[in-house]
Amino acid sequence: MQFPVLSVIVFTPLVAAVIMLLIPADRKTEVRVTALAAATFALFLSIWVYFNYDVNAGGYQFLERYEWLPPLGISLFLGVDGVSAPLVLLTGIVMFTGVLISWKIDDRPREFFAFLFILASGVFGVFAALDLFMLFFFYEIAVFPMYLLIAIWGWKETREYAAMKLTLYLFVGSMIALVGALAMYFTSGLGTFDMLALESVNFSPEFQRFWFPFVFFGFAVLGGIFPFHNWSPDGHVAAPTAVSMFHAGVLMKVGAFAALRVAIMLLPEGAQAHMWWIILLALVNVVYGAFIAMIQTDFKYVIGFSSVSHMGLVMLGFASLTPQGILGASVQMFSHGVMTALFFAVVGMVYDQAHTREINNLGGFRFAMPMVALAFIVGGLVSMGMPGFSGFVAEFPIFMGLWNSYPWIAIVAAISIVITASYIIRIVGKVFFGAMPAQFAGHIQDVTVLDKVALVLLSGVLILVGVYPSVMVPMVQSGVNYILRLLGGA
Amino acid sequence: MDFIFNHLLTLILFTPVLGAVILLFLPKEQVNLIRWTALILSFIPLALTLVLWFNFDPNLPGFQFEEQAVWYEAINSSYHLGVDGISLTMVLLTTLLTPLAILASFSVGDRVKSYMILFFLLELGMLGVFVVLDLLLFFVFWEFGLVPMYFLINQWGSEKGERTLWGGRKMSARGYASFKFMIYTMAGSLGLLLAIQMIGVVAGTFDLVELFRIWPSVDGTFFGVPFTTVKTIAFWAFVIAFAIKVPVWPFHTWLPDAHTEAPTAGSMLLAGVLLKLGAYGFLRLVLPLYPAESQQYAGALAVLAVLAIIFGALASWSQNDFKRLVAYSSVNHMGFVVLGIAAAAAAIGTENAAIALDGAILQMFNHGVSAAGMFFLVGVIYERTHTRDLNEYGGLFPLVPVYGGILIFTSMASLGLPGLNGFISEFLVIRGSWPVFSVLTALGMIGLFFTGAYILKGIRQVLHGPLNERWVGHLPEINAREIFVIVPLMVLMLWIGVWPASFLYVINQAVVMFF
Repeated sequence: MQFPVLSVIVFTPLVAAVIMLLIPADRKTEVRVTALAAATFALFLSIWVYFNYDVNAGGYQFLERYEWLPPLGISLFLGVDGVSAPLVLLTGIVMFTGVLISWKIDDRPREFFAFLFILASGVFGVFAALDLFMLFFFYEIAVFPMYLLIAIWGWKETREYAAMKLTLYLFVGSMIALVGALAMYFTSGLGTFDMLALESVNFSPEFQRFWFPFVFFGFAVLGGIFPFHNWSPDGHVAAPTAVSMFHAGVLMKVGAFAALRVAIMLLPEGAQAHMWWIILLALVNVVYGAFIAMIQTDFKYVIGFSSVSHMGLVMLGFASLTPQGILGASVQMFSHGVMTALFFAVVGMVYDQAHTREINNLGGFRFAMPMVALAFIVGGLVSMGMPGFSGFVAEFPIFMGLWNSYPWIAIVAAISIVITASYIIRIVGKVFFGAMPAQFAGHIQDVTVLDKVALVLLSGVLILVGVYPSVMVPMVQSGVNYILRLLGGA
Repeated sequence: MDFIFNHLLTLILFTPVLGAVILLFLPKEQVNLIRWTALILSFIPLALTLVLWFNFDPNLPGFQFEEQAVWYEAINSSYHLGVDGISLTMVLLTTLLTPLAILASFSVGDRVKSYMILFFLLELGMLGVFVVLDLLLFFVFWEFGLVPMYFLINQWGSEKGERTLWGGRKMSARGYASFKFMIYTMAGSLGLLLAIQMIGVVAGTFDLVELFRIWPSVDGTFFGVPFTTVKTIAFWAFVIAFAIKVPVWPFHTWLPDAHTEAPTAGSMLLAGVLLKLGAYGFLRLVLPLYPAESQQYAGALAVLAVLAIIFGALASWSQNDFKRLVAYSSVNHMGFVVLGIAAAAAAIGTENAAIALDGAILQMFNHGVSAAGMFFLVGVIYERTHTRDLNEYGGLFPLVPVYGGILIFTSMASLGLPGLNGFISEFLVIRGSWPVFSVLTALGMIGLFFTGAYILKGIRQVLHGPLNERWVGHLPEINAREIFVIVPLMVLMLWIGVWPASFLYVINQAVVMFF
């Protein structure tokens, strides 16, 4: 029997969380080292999965199945395909870097890391689950610690409000999706939650058309689709740095990924019937999100709204239902995840020193923390879709997909590229260049070595994928081909 | 040796990256070490380009030194390189100007390491545009070149000057200029990006050699719109993107700001090479991909080109800022390039077209050489006087006779004095476009008259007239390093002026075979 690598990845953070909770609360260093060890282990395993995935064979690999509740047809069924393997890797990267930059957290680090790791377990689980029930199970596990992480360790001004808002939005969304999932379970008549089995059930077109919006929007709320995006900037801003990284970097992908996996893949005809108006909502995300980001004066809100804009591109790619569009959207999930984790890490590093996020009050940080400035520039170039960075590799096929289905949407969506460039340039100019305000001069210290490792890792991944897309694209393509077969070659 | 020959273009393209990486690991306090390392490394692409130049056979049709490798298979884009006579000339221009620009930057003392790294990245972006044969990669390098240039202007640009924006907010002139440069060009490229995506979707490939074959004859409808309409819109998207970069009037307004605020070496490359990217886009993409549309709308392009020639010259004449004067002269000179291209598009396949195109391409090279020279000379005097105001100079010839001689020589090349390079190419353009657009060409000749006026104005204000006493004893002569920068350019100006065939042979064969 092969090594059960996926379940080890999924449960490593959970086990680490338990171990950490057993360590006495005042032994903070031991807690941190445990966290780092577990994160490194999970990262290496996810890299191993990524590079051992057989692209030529395609399909679901590293399958594992353990019966959990056989009478109801529920089993712990894990496996990854070309779309989810990069996302597992993404989670590994964000978890590792999140631990590195949270090293300084001094307020109950034991509980902080434990909750963060429970969250990570949930996210790994969603990406690897091939059982609908298990997918929901992990999904809820990912949402619940978020509430505590934001409400306890978040930004004092808004943390209760944001945590409550976020949790309510996501719970309502997932309940609606769950209803849809149960409808599938009962209608299929197979008595199983196995998604591979459900994929092969041909639900009637009426059924698909009726239930698709429920399932899709239930999950897409977490992906930040307009008009249900509004929890996300508040949540991002209120969360502590590592949680924002997880939140925007990975959790929003969980929403988009689940919308793809459950709604589009299980109800393909429903997708084809409804996509014409979902694409309009996603277009609003892209363009409106960019404009709102442009007028924000709070550094973290700019990044928060830029996530809304970029996740709109993911939705646009899915909604185009074309090979290029879905391919680009899947790469965009990875690229945006790494990029936004980098952004939030940078925001956190600046805030830790300046204790303000008002863009107009900041300035000259490149003198104090040159590497942070450089990392932000790399992230910014990714964000504006500059060729040579991963954002371009992801966005270009999305636009090609739109050209294949709704050409004028591509034209309108392209406006966001220039808007994004202008707000990124504004931040770079204000925060990192320009003159440093007098109250900061001499008080700003450079970031630690651990922070630098995190920044280099994140920027390196963005550049690697941008310069040589073939490290990721063929794998994603194998996953996309499979999805297209379900869509009937559409 | 075989390896080098088979991968010559890749080597040329990526030695600048290698240079940037090497510089990254040098200690940043060792300023001189960084400067000399950068200079020596920048000679490698030049040496390789000379190998390329002498091994290139102008008599063979098509592209040479082709290379192909996997890049982005999923959307049928590949790493496909190759050069013909047109791109070869531009590659030579780029690899020649980069070491000179680096040598010219030895006087920069602020963050030398980052500065030199940005120069190498800029060289990568420029070379990439000239050597790729893949539409998507063309765009990749096209956009990528903006980034280093943005930072060069934004960080190393002239420190003085403020701009008042609407709303009364103030920002530094270099911040304003760099932002305008970036957003203007990006917004201009947006249509290009969309059109490239559309082409990729319709044709299913980004390979230029394939596209040259398929795209002009694509027929039918695209989402209910006939392809003739779609192609016309795409044609204009291409034209606007390239017209902004050239720049053609009325898309030139970013240029005076960017050129004026950029550091000297940045202006050299901006005027010397970056403007050529736009003209090269016309040659490499617009004419072969849209022959019918180009022919149809060549008249409009020619009108804009002539307006650029006339207004560029007039605007230049009215400047009191020496660097701005030279900046506007680029609008004027690049107008001839576009005029030549427009004439060739209108009369494609005839002898006139070939002559006009030869002239346009040679003019690209010539303007690259002389504009780089002019910006450098402006930089030399600015470093000594810290002013660019023409009224502050006056009668400097006796103080700096060598500099004065060089300035006059370079100005004359720029003016189009027979015997120097500018004359040959402008003559060819006019000779080629006269039978096609007689009236417009005649109007363009008027512009040439004003060209004389502003160049002489520059010389008179700086070198002649009553001596401004404040500079006596404060104006050192041009030094040896600076002479090393300008001499190769002067040699080329004279060489092309006296024996243009050495370049025209390479260019003409490509033009005749390609169009």
